Amino acid sequence: MTLVSIIIAGILTYFTRMTMVALISRDMLADKVKAVLEYVPSAVFPAIIFPGIFINDYGTFIEINDPKIYGALVAIVVGYLSKNIIATILAGLISYWFLIFVIFS
Amino acid sequence: MLSKKQLFTRGMLDISPHMLSVIPFGIICGAIGVELGFNPYLVYAMSFIIFGGASQIVFLQLLSGGASSLVAVASVGIINSRHLLYGAVLSEYLEKLSFLKKLFISYVIVDQAFAESNKFFKKNTSEEFLHYHLIGTGCTLWVCWQIATLSGIILGSFVPEELGLKFAIPLTFIAIVVQDLKKIDHVIVMITCGLSSLLFFDAPFKSYIIISPVIALFIAALLLRLKK
Repeated sequence: MTLVSIIIAGILTYFTRMTMVALISRDMLADKVKAVLEYVPSAVFPAIIFPGIFINDYGTFIEINDPKIYGALVAIVVGYLSKNIIATILAGLISYWFLIFVIFS
Repeated sequence: MLSKKQLFTRGMLDISPHMLSVIPFGIICGAIGVELGFNPYLVYAMSFIIFGGASQIVFLQLLSGGASSLVAVASVGIINSRHLLYGAVLSEYLEKLSFLKKLFISYVIVDQAFAESNKFFKKNTSEEFLHYHLIGTGCTLWVCWQIATLSGIILGSFVPEELGLKFAIPLTFIAIVVQDLKKIDHVIVMITCGLSSLLFFDAPFKSYIIISPVIALFIAALLLRLKK
């Protein structure tokens, strides 16, 4: 790993962040495009959530009774009802730990 | 009308719950780099220069697995290409800023900062100094990320591996989108994205992370058409 490759990766990353902010102005986006962009969070974050739950460190699918699935379900229910980020994360983690340390151990 | 300072503080407060997942992930990220045998200074340089958690880990893992620098760099670019979508969404709110300010603020547009500031922007469109909220979320995350990766590099992974704290990352994003489960169109878009990400998980250069949002946005466009 060289500093040069890190810098190139960093410049590429910076451009992904900067391009749209710096070059697009309001009138360049049609209302239809803006309406679709409303869905960006819902269209992007599941691509982080699903693999984070269903695919393990070795890049293979987890089993259907994996504790992560239950942890995620608990987090969804608690998050939906509480509207609280900390409660959502803790509920998911604690139920996950409960399963791996108490039930499945 | 809120002052710049109030908006900045509000941004800090809005992002801080996410530190529950960002800090352990940063420690893991720093520790992995050293464990894989890379120069600690270079591992830290990534946090400063690239500043993107998942892409930093992939970069390290690819290189330690014998991939060429070209493949590693290309993967970082593709993983982070999702920021183009964040930028397109935020551009509407950041339009009035000077070019120089846009260049600065772009550096701190990361997943959670985008998510929280975008939620705030939608509810407070009339605020004059709206962008200070994004500076608050982005800079808070930046500082925590630097400290977390540094401590991982220096202290090693003092977070016990058995705890499986990487799992906090999907949980953080569940917390971000969970309220949108009320809306059926958003649910369809989320499921489309999630299933596509699993389907295309093995696509080269980790491109599932941009392929699935594109598919999901295409579905969103179709849904909008059906609504009319």
